[in-house]
Amino acid sequence: MSFAAPTTPSFPQNVHEALQDENLQAALRGSRGGFVLRRARARAALPEFDALRDAAAAMKDHVLASLDIYLERYEAQVTAAGGQVHWAETAEDARRIVLEICRRAEAKTVNKGKTMIAEECGINEHLEAHGIRPVETDLGEYIIQLRGEAPSHIIAPAIHVTVPQVREEFRRAHTALAPDRDLEGLDTLLREARAVLREKYFQAEVGITGANMLIAETGQSVIVTNEGNGDLSQSLPRVHIVMASLEKIVPGLEDAATLLRVLARSATGQEMAVYTTFSAGPRRAEDPDGPEEYHVVLLDNGRAKMAGTPFQPMLRCIRCGACMNHCPVYQAVGGHAYGWVYPGPMGAVLTPSLIGVEQGGHLPNASTFCGRCEEVCPMRIPLPGMMRAWREREMERGLAPATARYGLRIWGFLARRPWLYRRATGAARWVMRRMARGRGRIARLPLAGGWTGTRDFPAPQGRGFLAQWQERK
Amino acid sequence: MARPRVALFVTCLVDLFRPAVGFASVKLLQDAGCTVEVPMAQTCCGQPGWNSGDRETARSVAAQVIETFGGYDHVVLPSGSCAATIVKDYPQMFPEGDPLHEAAVALAGRTHEIVSFLVDVMGVKRVSAKLQAQATYHDSCSGLRSLGIRDQPRALLASVEGLTLTEMEESEVCCGFGGTFCVKYPEISTVMAADKTRNAAATGAGLLLAGDLGCLMNIAGMASREGRSFRCRHVVEVLAGQTDGPAIGEG
Ligand code: SF4
Repeated sequence: MSFAAPTTPSFPQNVHEALQDENLQAALRGSRGGFVLRRARARAALPEFDALRDAAAAMKDHVLASLDIYLERYEAQVTAAGGQVHWAETAEDARRIVLEICRRAEAKTVNKGKTMIAEECGINEHLEAHGIRPVETDLGEYIIQLRGEAPSHIIAPAIHVTVPQVREEFRRAHTALAPDRDLEGLDTLLREARAVLREKYFQAEVGITGANMLIAETGQSVIVTNEGNGDLSQSLPRVHIVMASLEKIVPGLEDAATLLRVLARSATGQEMAVYTTFSAGPRRAEDPDGPEEYHVVLLDNGRAKMAGTPFQPMLRCIRCGACMNHCPVYQAVGGHAYGWVYPGPMGAVLTPSLIGVEQGGHLPNASTFCGRCEEVCPMRIPLPGMMRAWREREMERGLAPATARYGLRIWGFLARRPWLYRRATGAARWVMRRMARGRGRIARLPLAGGWTGTRDFPAPQGRGFLAQWQERK
Repeated sequence: MARPRVALFVTCLVDLFRPAVGFASVKLLQDAGCTVEVPMAQTCCGQPGWNSGDRETARSVAAQVIETFGGYDHVVLPSGSCAATIVKDYPQMFPEGDPLHEAAVALAGRTHEIVSFLVDVMGVKRVSAKLQAQATYHDSCSGLRSLGIRDQPRALLASVEGLTLTEMEESEVCCGFGGTFCVKYPEISTVMAADKTRNAAATGAGLLLAGDLGCLMNIAGMASREGRSFRCRHVVEVLAGQTDGPAIGEG
């Protein structure tokens, strides 16, 4: 399962499989242009968008510099409202805390709104192993739960699934419905999912949601959804558990508004998500509804130790998904190839931080540094720069492949000695021109099989520029 | 105004693979009124080391570049990617407190990619080249996103007599070259390169232009393997009117 055994070390193999998977490729092709277009439109429609990004990033930097103060403030507010904050240093701690709360509530069924933190902690697997049934209420999460999969995108978890695959899954899973019912049309599928899920809302004793942010000043947690499933997950059951990582904190309501203004625009191109819900503690005497118990599980799992390192800016991330929507590598292989919870450029930086660069090292290397992620990130996170920083760490610790390390040293030795360098490139040119046999390109080049397996390699065009220049002078 | 003294840094790829780009660059700079010098001690900007995480090797190569290219009014490169290494990365390689910090920052401030240099610094509005062709332009990533090169090449190409430019879909998406990326993750690189050639071919253009030889070799290599009918050239070859020689990968 996702939390137990990352498949990140076999990234190249995952990539190979992803590229052969016709359904996945069809699904990726289908979604690719839409996110990009909608975000571009939303950005164009808001002249102060870039200024908001600056403000959002600066606000988050300020919070990260005084994280402990804001977290204490937040905890005090939650406690005052009658809720309880649980500090989970590791994923293991979070699993234990959540299970204890569920057991105390004598839960048989737990509703889940979309939460990547629960995913990171493997909450579903843990509850199931202890006889408690987790039910995903977000449509995308529900689909992948039926398929026994992990999310492949942080805001569109089932983006790798095609519509015919969903249809097939619904026929298989919803056995109480007539097997020959009409399932054409997206609305029909949506209606069926809604009907099935509605029933489950009322069975659960506990509801678990994530949080897009936690507000220190008011003790509120905020979730944004387009389906309203989060609201039902958190207000119907007797017990509500919010799972969030500690960098989700913001100082006040104004700051929350700043993030909300960039979040949906960057994610889906909407001005606001359809539902933005603030929750603050258990039901009060005068409230018509709401949970009796309110718990917040605050997860660290390696984040606090990122503060003060070159990777600190990653803690500004608001999980909008824009970086992966614009990443040509993600768009080619999809999210599962990344092998752990967080895919795309943000995953390429965060995954090595959380599971170790020994396991996650492929991810920061599998980038051309094209810079599109940084260009669109609402929090102005320098993602390529941090991937480069990971490569530097690998190099320092001797984790980079020996061929790369020695190759670079030889290259550096030559590049510092122009005369020798000219000799070496002259020899290489001679060899390549022989191999091209007058055709101007090489069909097979030793040591560069990755290139020439699918592409020709253009050969040098004659004598070197510098040699020719010197002669003409 | 005195003629600015410009050092041409042709880049390691141009020196090794495509001298025509160097000669076209010299012509464009001279036409724009520059005195062009080509320092013979030049090799590579150091980007392969820096992007691979080998800070020490990158710094040692960069130190040599700083020494070789000090003392000119401007340093110009026919590559957005290598120019961005000097402009954006050198100040990080030699951070404040480093003995070479000031020299690195000074060099960064005087360094330019060639097409943006012609337009933004030398105020060139048009070139005298002629070419009967339909072309499409690929925006190489570093030039576009690190240095803001987008309109300058299009403005100058618009002045080439006989040339029409047809934009392709996703012209701003990476071609999949990425330095060592293309051999480390060849399968992903292949998909990206194939997307690029498909988008380029869909324009019906007979010529693909770009400002970076790395991208061009990748795209040209994919196009020739696929049997595409368009050719690839560096944008300066067209702007300088030097398109008589074979296109990239053609001989
Ligand atoms: S890194 Fe930036 S673009 Fe990517 S999910 Fe986080 S906030 Fe969004």
